[in-house]
This record gives sequence, C-alpha cells and structure tokens, in this order.
Amino acid sequence: MTVPLLRLSGITKSYPGVRANDDVSFQIAPGEIHALLGENGAGKSTLVKAIYGLVKPDAGSMELNGAAYAPSEPRAARAAGVAMVFQHFSLFEALTVAENVSLGMEDPPPQRKLAAKIREVSRSYGLPLEPDRLVGDLSAGQRQRVEIIRCLLQNPRLLIMDEPTSVLTPQEVETLFGTLHKLSDEGTAILYISHKLEEIRALCDGATILRHGKVVGDCVPAERSAREMAEMMVGTDLTPPERRELTPGAVRLEARALSLPAQGQFGTPLREISLSVRAGEVLGIGGVAGNGQDELMAVLTGESPTPGGTLFLDGADISGTGPAERRSMGLRTSPEERLGHAAAPDMSLTENTLLTSGSAQGLTKKGFVAWGKTRSATEEVIETFDVRTPGPGTAARALSGGNLQKYVVGREVVRNPPIFVVNQPTWGVDAAAAATIRQSLLNLAEQGSAVVVISQDLDELLEVASWFAAMNEGTLSAPREVAGLSLDEIGLMLGGGDAQDAAAISEAENAQA
Amino acid sequence: MLRLEKRPQPSKLWTALTPLLAVLATMVAGGLLFALLGKNPVEAIRVIFFDPLFNEQVASYARPQLLVKAGPLILIAIGLSFGFRAGIWNIGAEGQYIMGAICGAAVGLAFYPSENPLIFPLMVMAGALGGWIWAMIPAILKITFRTNEILVSLLLVYVAEQLLASVSLGLLRNPEGGGFPGSRNLASWDASSNPELIAGTGMHWGVVAAFISVIFAYVMLSRHIFGVQLQLAGQAPRAARFAGVRPEMMVFICFTASGVLAGLAGLFEVTGPAGQISIDFNVGYGFTAIIVAFLGRLHPIGILLAGLLMALTYIGGELAQFMLGLPAAAIQAFQGMLLFFLLAFDMLSNYRFRLSAREAA
Repeated sequence: MTVPLLRLSGITKSYPGVRANDDVSFQIAPGEIHALLGENGAGKSTLVKAIYGLVKPDAGSMELNGAAYAPSEPRAARAAGVAMVFQHFSLFEALTVAENVSLGMEDPPPQRKLAAKIREVSRSYGLPLEPDRLVGDLSAGQRQRVEIIRCLLQNPRLLIMDEPTSVLTPQEVETLFGTLHKLSDEGTAILYISHKLEEIRALCDGATILRHGKVVGDCVPAERSAREMAEMMVGTDLTPPERRELTPGAVRLEARALSLPAQGQFGTPLREISLSVRAGEVLGIGGVAGNGQDELMAVLTGESPTPGGTLFLDGADISGTGPAERRSMGLRTSPEERLGHAAAPDMSLTENTLLTSGSAQGLTKKGFVAWGKTRSATEEVIETFDVRTPGPGTAARALSGGNLQKYVVGREVVRNPPIFVVNQPTWGVDAAAAATIRQSLLNLAEQGSAVVVISQDLDELLEVASWFAAMNEGTLSAPREVAGLSLDEIGLMLGGGDAQDAAAISEAENAQA
Repeated sequence: MLRLEKRPQPSKLWTALTPLLAVLATMVAGGLLFALLGKNPVEAIRVIFFDPLFNEQVASYARPQLLVKAGPLILIAIGLSFGFRAGIWNIGAEGQYIMGAICGAAVGLAFYPSENPLIFPLMVMAGALGGWIWAMIPAILKITFRTNEILVSLLLVYVAEQLLASVSLGLLRNPEGGGFPGSRNLASWDASSNPELIAGTGMHWGVVAAFISVIFAYVMLSRHIFGVQLQLAGQAPRAARFAGVRPEMMVFICFTASGVLAGLAGLFEVTGPAGQISIDFNVGYGFTAIIVAFLGRLHPIGILLAGLLMALTYIGGELAQFMLGLPAAAIQAFQGMLLFFLLAFDMLSNYRFRLSAREAA
C-alpha cells in the first residue's frame, strides 16, 4: 500500500464547554477525493482549520507524505502544499481578478506575467476567467474560480474545499467537478466538505463521517444511499417531509411588474418582477446568491418602499406600507440574516419576540408590553421548534446558528400567518431541524397559507415548493409547476434562460423519449 | 497569558458593578493626581465626597446645592439617554439648554412688570419650545440630508453661546441695569420666579421636573414597546427596520425628548438659581449630563444616582478649590476620569479575562 498523503491520528481540540474534535483519525491517499461529512457543529470546520494551520489541536498528530506535519499558521500549511478554498470568499470587490490573486501570494510575480499565468491555468483546468475584470462584476461562481485558481497557482498536493457548491448553479457544479477530477488525476488530493449528499456520491472516492466531534464511520459514498449517509450523520432515522396534494385557493400575494433601482454599488436592481401566490401553494424561488433575492425579500417585508400599484395583498395595494402594517394584515416574513436582521444579537429572545409581534397577538396593549405573555409566547416557540437554549431570557447571540434559525422561523410560523415569506429557511441548520422547519412550511400551506420560500438549496425547494421560479440578475423567471420539472430545465432557469427555452427543451426531450 | 474572551451574553452583575468600580478607581487615580499637586489625597477626597454633606460648617450651604446642581443634570441626561440608547448622538444639549433659557426669559420679560400668574407656565412652555427648536436643526438636517448629528448639534452650542452673549448685551439687557450686561433678575420678579419650594432643600420646579422625568422614562423604557424599539434601533438598525421601526421617526422623537428637557432645564435655571440671562449663564450642565447619562448606564434610576454623584463632585470640587487651593482644572480632570474609567470598566460586562497557556509558535 502506498504512503497516504495525509494521515490524522487522534486529533483532539476542545473549546470552552465543547469538545469540537475528539480523537479523530483518518487518512487521504494521493489523488483521492475524500468527503468530510457531518451536521453543523459536528467539528468539520475545526478539523480542516487544524489541517490548514488556523487551529492548533490539543492532542494528536498529523503526517503529510509520511513526515510529521504540524503547521503553526496557514503560511506553513501552504508551504507544505496544503491549500484551502473557504466557503466565504475573501476577495476585494473593487480590485481585479489578477490583483486579488496576487494579494494572496507570498511573492507575487509582476501583474502581466501573473495575468498570463492565470489565463493558462484557468484554461487548462476548464475554469474560464478573465484576469482584468473587477471581482465586483463577477458572479458567485466566477468568484469561486478566483479562489480556486489562487490555490492552484501554488501547485497544492492537498486542496481543501468547504461547501464549494452552495453558491453554484447545476451547470457550474458540473464544471467544478470536471476540474476536481482533473486535479485528482494529476495526483492532487481533495478534502471535500459538503452537505449535499448526492454530490458526494457522484464525486468522492471515500468519506469520513463526524458526529459530535467523533468519527462515527466511513464509507465509499457511491455504495451508499444519500439517506443512509444522512442517518449516519444524524445518528437517527430521518423521515422526509410529507406532502399532500392541495387544491389551491384565491391569490393572496401578487407582484405586478415590480422594478427597483440597485441600492449601492454592488446591489442588484429588480427588473419587472411579477409573481402571484395562491392560498395553499408554496412558491420556491431559486437562484445563485446575489441575483436580487435579498432585494426582493426587502421589498416583500416592506423595508424597501416600491412605487404604488406593484404589490398586492388579497387584491389590496400594499406597495406603500411598512413592515409593521403588513404584519398586521397577515404577511409575515423571515429574512436570511439571523443576527442583526431577523433578531437583535444582544437582546433576549423574549424581547426579540416583540420584533414581529405586538398588539394583534395581545403582547402589547396601547404600546405597553405584557412581559408575562411575551415570555410565554417565546416559550411556545422554543418548545414547538425544539430551540436549545437555557430559556427565553437568553441573548439571541448566545444561541448557535441553527438554534437561532429555528427560533426566528418558528417565531413567525407559530402565528399561522396567512401569507409567509422566508429567505433561506434552513441555512446552517442540521438535517433533523431542517426537516422540522420544512415540514412546518408544508403544514402552513396545507392549512391554506400562501408561502414563498427563497433559497439557494435546490433540494430544499424541490422538497417543499409546488411552483418554482428562478432569479437571475434581478429578473424572475415565469413560475413553473415543480411536478415534472427536470434538473436541466431548472439549471437553464437559474442561468437566466427563458422559461420558454426550458419548456422547449422538455418538449424536445419528450419527443425523443 | 491573560486573554480577553467575549461573554456569550452581557453579565448583569458586572453591568451593575462597573459604575461603583469606576468611582473607586477615580478616587484612587484622583488621589494620585492631588498628591502630585502636593495636596493630601485623603483630605482632598474627603472634602470632595464627604464634606458637602456631613461637614457642619459648610453643609447648610452645600446640602441644598446638591439638588440645585443635580436637577438640571438629571433632567438633561434623561433626555439624552433616549437618543444614546438608539445610537442617536445629541452632543449639543448645552446649546438647547441656553436656547430654552433665552426663549423662556424673553417671553417672560415681554410681560414685565405684570404679575399675571400665567406668566410662569407660559415661560415654561416657551423654554421647552426653545430647546426643541434648537434640537430640531440637527434632527431635520440628519433626516433630510443625512448630516452627522454629532457635529451639527455640537457646533450649534457655539452658535447658541454667541446668541446668549448678544442678547445679554442687547435685546434682553436690563434697561435699569446701569449698562451692565445681563437681563433683569427673573428670580426676584414674583411672576417669573422659580423659588425654592421647601426651605433648606434646594428643591425647585426644575428638580420636580427632573424627578417626574425619571419616573416617566422608567415606565417608558421598561414597560412600553418604545423602550424596546429604542434599544433595537441602537443595537441592530437592520432588525429595527425589519420590525417596522422608522429610523427618521426615532431621530425625531429622541431629539424632541432631549431638546425639550434641556430647554426646560435652562428655563428653570434662569428663573431660579441663576436668576438672569448673562454672558456666563451656561456652566456646562449640557456636557456634564453626557457623563451623567453614561455613568447611570442610560437607565433612569442610574441617571438619578449619577446626577446626584456628579453634583456632589461639583460642590465638593468648589469646596476643595477654596479650602485646599486645588486648581479648577484638576477638579475637571477628576470629573473626566469618572467617564474614562466607566468606559474602560464597561468592557467587563461584555468580556471576561481568561488565563491561557501561551500557544507554542
């Protein structure tokens, strides 16, 4: 047997109150694409940070190519041939691609040479990229290429990728996989972190599964079903959300040719968005991040005012109304950013409940707060959505991301809103909690609510939505019924292809079949 | 190695303890300062903190002064605390205080020498209005042009001071004053006077207004949704907008509260303790109130206590000046230290120290 490229033995790392990694051991062979699986908080990030030199483990050892390896900082890791592409890009929007790449290098060559090198590498790995373009003008997928190329220029032997596909369209994912296979053929090993089990099944040669900081198993992903792997991650059986056939009712929420100029330099303008959601329907809005989802959300919550005659609730024009007024009319919303937008970090959960509930729920009377009732309303959310917290008096920032997400979505859902709009409902939430949240969205629709789900997670949209529409550069495609929608068609919609094109493709496919 | 670590949530214990710690540290550092100036530090601290209340020789004068000085400080600080909670920084209360006094005095003097009992209430309203209008300048500029309210409100203090000098020498000058600058004495004209209500306590209408404002603020902040919205606007502006709080409305309300209360403080001062409009009418209550607001943790009860403490250092400081010959600047530095230490210790409510083994490089 050949010497493994990287061998981890007994890696242990504790933080105050939590053991993030507990005696973790596994190995990666040269050229292997190895998946690291686990729920949020399972310890994946801590582990890769240790490999990349950002975190020093308390115990355990690592070997790289048979030699002891203990990077004290990322620079040492890079020198040893370990590179990492982070989930959140560290790029300057106001600089060009080449300038961004050179900022990450130890001794960057002159710009012109570097540009030529970038072109060469990007072509040979099938990642088209123009070195002179401003990063601010690039799509998320293109920005990721900048990060990848920055790594590739160092000729790494091990490339770590943290949730690389969460911002990509299906077509972009395919391009990326092509690149990764090419790298692997050349002998570069890849440590691949993702929640998307189907992707892992298609891409990875081996997988290590973490739960609560410990290795709970390993497998060859292609030999297991996604459900089996998910159950290994969670440690329990999973029940997929249940969906019943519904007869849609009257139109509750409607946008008519809604346009909004871009806010700020890197904002996205909304262009002539039309949508309508009927009672009992879930409209899923997909799209790569930064294509206007946040702007659309702000328009629907009432934070961004829109011209009159563009937005209707039960037929009444609500274009000029603010968030509080819309809430009292039955339109509840839950934005993507948990801390600082959906909840105030330093305020208690009880106080945060007052953010979106007031006199209509009996929590305030003539402006005076009934603290007892507010507390029990908060406890109801905590109980119904299994929010793990010492109590309603806890500050929002003290909750883990997933628990806070359960709280902010639950806070709205327990009110049974007739119209509910949510952006990224299960962002950073573990599989079991995500299933709870998705089920609650379906239950809402079943009770006759109109629901809009904006998400970058296609699997999620296909699971809950009855209609699907995609956002691209501020436009919204015409919604199509999810039943009978193929992945290719969705990819085209996400890429900005016309819905008619997509329909034409599906007809062509049908004709072939 | 000592390491700072952010607490998962602010510590209630330390939030309550830091003002006390700050007072103690100020005493120590202040004592050091006085020792360097060649004074006995223990004696200086005693003169500042204890003599005004307990020294029989001076207490008869000093005790009533406590409420006289604390009244305007508390009144102004309560008004400022609303805005400070919401991240709206009115630094110009001194100017609003001056304008309240000028407007109130002008309205009263227009009726001189009538003895109509409605004159004083009218002056109170004019005082509130004067402070409010002066506060509306930075507020409206912020709302419409997004100007920085810190700069605008601060600079308007100097405009107000020039106006004060101008009316003392011109418009409001006492025609029977023999050419000296300054208005008629409002305290000795019954219709406009704001007298000591209970002899020997220093209690006047301004102090009553301060107590009422403390109670009102306490109810609003702890029981009313407005208190939650203020905090929200200050801590998480995006969440505030999501909740439906309109930022412009918050700016308007907060500047209204602080302008009106500062204006009232000026009016009660000019009709009572000060007695007349004069060039040196303002003594810095508007700025000291900022310290009082923070020393009191922006909490009404805290502000009440902080106002009394600050008033004590004022009176004690004056005592120390003529009893020990301490320079006035040393007293001001001493008061400044209080805010400095408070802000420094403030960190402890959000962070804690942890001992950690130094990580091997």
